[in-house]
Amino acid sequence: MKRFLALAMGVMMAAAVSVPAFAEEAAVEIPADMKVGFIFLHDENSTYDLNFINAAKEAAANLGMSEDQIILKTNVPEGQECYDEAADMADAGCSVVFADSFGHEDFMIQAAQEFPEVQFCHATGTKAHTEGLDNYHNAFASIYEGRYLAGVAAGMKLNEMIADGQFTEDEAKIGYVGAFTYAEVISGYTSFFLGARSVCPTATMEVTFTGSWYDETAEKEGATTLINNGCKLISQHADSMGAPTACEAAGVPDVSYNGSTKSVGPNTYIISSRINWVPYMEHIIKCAAAGEPIEADWTGTIQTGSVELTELNEDVAAEGTAEKLAEVQAEIEAGTLHVFDTAAFTVNGENLESYMADVDTDENYEKDTEVIADGYFHESEYRSAPYFDITDGFDGITLLDTSF
Amino acid sequence: MDKKNRGPLCHIVKRPAIPWYQAWGIRLAALILALLFCAVVTMVLTGDNPISIYLTIYEGSFATPRRFWVLMQNLAILLCISLAMAPAFRMRFWNIGGEGQVMIGCLVCAAEMIYLGGDIPNAVLIILMIVSSLAAGAVWGMIPAFFKAKWNTNETLFTLMMNYVATQLVAFFIIIWESPKGSGKVGIINQKSMAGWLPTIADNKYLLNVLIVSVLTVVIFIYMKYSKHGYELAVVGESERTARYVGIKVGNVIVRTMALSGAICGLAGFLLVAGTDHTITTTLSGGRGFTAVMVAWMAKFNPLGMIFTSFLLVFLGKGAGEISTNFGLNQSFSDILSGIIIFFLIGCEFFISYRLVFRKGEK
Repeated sequence: MKRFLALAMGVMMAAAVSVPAFAEEAAVEIPADMKVGFIFLHDENSTYDLNFINAAKEAAANLGMSEDQIILKTNVPEGQECYDEAADMADAGCSVVFADSFGHEDFMIQAAQEFPEVQFCHATGTKAHTEGLDNYHNAFASIYEGRYLAGVAAGMKLNEMIADGQFTEDEAKIGYVGAFTYAEVISGYTSFFLGARSVCPTATMEVTFTGSWYDETAEKEGATTLINNGCKLISQHADSMGAPTACEAAGVPDVSYNGSTKSVGPNTYIISSRINWVPYMEHIIKCAAAGEPIEADWTGTIQTGSVELTELNEDVAAEGTAEKLAEVQAEIEAGTLHVFDTAAFTVNGENLESYMADVDTDENYEKDTEVIADGYFHESEYRSAPYFDITDGFDGITLLDTSF
Repeated sequence: MDKKNRGPLCHIVKRPAIPWYQAWGIRLAALILALLFCAVVTMVLTGDNPISIYLTIYEGSFATPRRFWVLMQNLAILLCISLAMAPAFRMRFWNIGGEGQVMIGCLVCAAEMIYLGGDIPNAVLIILMIVSSLAAGAVWGMIPAFFKAKWNTNETLFTLMMNYVATQLVAFFIIIWESPKGSGKVGIINQKSMAGWLPTIADNKYLLNVLIVSVLTVVIFIYMKYSKHGYELAVVGESERTARYVGIKVGNVIVRTMALSGAICGLAGFLLVAGTDHTITTTLSGGRGFTAVMVAWMAKFNPLGMIFTSFLLVFLGKGAGEISTNFGLNQSFSDILSGIIIFFLIGCEFFISYRLVFRKGEK
């Protein structure tokens, strides 16, 4: 009965979150006087924000909007300034206001309450589905699928190195430099690990955290520590060139994130996964122009073009990687392969049959939603931002420090 | 003509004190020159029309009532921190720890909102927050002052290092208070209950802050100009020996003045957390503890003059942001413009104290 209830709730909530309509959205005419505002935490010197800035420009260009129709505001801190800018954009006649950083969320909600006729869209946030505002929306992408594919490329590289006799099967250890022990990071490294282990069953992983989303020195040091610990391959979830640089210096292969880092690691960079925000930005602009409601939570996928793998470095990647990736990607798209298949991992030696995740954000981190059904962990279905946060006892992964 | 015996082309002569209108005339001339120079730089580097850039700077602060009030709010906070700097600097105590004194005020304030919000009546909570953030700032200011008074330690280094201690303490507590877990963000505190939030006057989020700082400006002006304390710290600043000779307890004055400085910084922290932002981040003060040094210095530690200098810096900052948005220029470009203007304004102080005397033409 409990299982049935969980299943029923799952179906209902999945329906509420709604799968993005990647099928043809009717061609929408964007009015010439429509304005859209974008708020960015930093400017183009940050790879994270650059990804959003480029996406905003590209989406506007794709929809035939002129430069005057978009307002790009950079260097907006995660404080009252975010509210001020969002309200200022509403004053300026924007029908949609978008913000790119997690810490902007509460201030966007504050603005959304004040301007009910303007749509406020926020990337990476967690509160839209519980806030009950018609004009406040969250978005993310099923980046764990991209991570999984990147992990497959990593696993194949490990296999190649084992076959070359560089180390034994049991020494196939991966190192991962994370930012915080945040669900987004945990979901990322776990899916990466599962991808690697799907082709290299003896792989293990060590994870270290820097306590910052961007700290070149700490990321470099983290990667170096992992390499000294005997890690044979490195990946990272942090935005600087720190880890790729350390890998290139040590000659250790690296699977990157947020875009190709081949420029600093021509001899070690394998592949990278990233979120492409263009589809979402086009989606919200079209919805606002047509007067259609925007989903409270929108999760971009491989099919929507939101999850991408960037260039594969054939010089470093194992032979046959491209073919294998295409094959696995087809399985994910067909729904025959689930990244967090409960048969693929164990926690304290046991396969999970039930897991309560903290989907509704609250100060007490209350575990409120059953997320395992049909034999897999339903990531990014009950809200767009990841909530896979299993760390304790996850077999095969060792966390070196969890102070952040 | 005997070239060797000619005097130099020009030499520098100390001016006698000049009337205030002449001094301000020189400053105005410097501002105009700075704007002209910026115009040339703009045209050469970007090809954009400088007039439209100036217009954009103006619009950044005055295009809508909201922008005007945001300007006033930023001005109020910067002025508040600058007012804190003034007494210490007048005493020649180089307090560059404003950042830390503000942050510690923010921290205490946020802690009370989180732990006591909803448990005690709002009015009591707010009073408690005011008292404790002032006290926290005062303690943060008094520690280096005590060491200075007792063992003559270097206050510049000491206050600077206290900034890092405060910022790291904030970072530590953010990890404890973060929501959701692992995000490293506290978010808006008591967003639903608004416990510990300062009330708004006439539906204006920023008016109360502006009024509080206005009153404070007058109080500090009177304190420094007409009170016995104000006189004592001026004497200590001029010469510690003289101060001792006339019976001023120098150590007491140093500690007392730094307690005042720190308390006002703590007040700025309170206004930020309870008044506007309602959250805590390590960047909440945003470098204003350092900008305030410049504000205070440019106004020669005169609280009324600081209204103008803090307005100028906030106005330029807002304009800078607006330029980078409207012209697609990097924020760095507008920083260059602000830099040029500030350079001219600080540089012109030289011409207020000195004048150039040119060699008389030869017959």
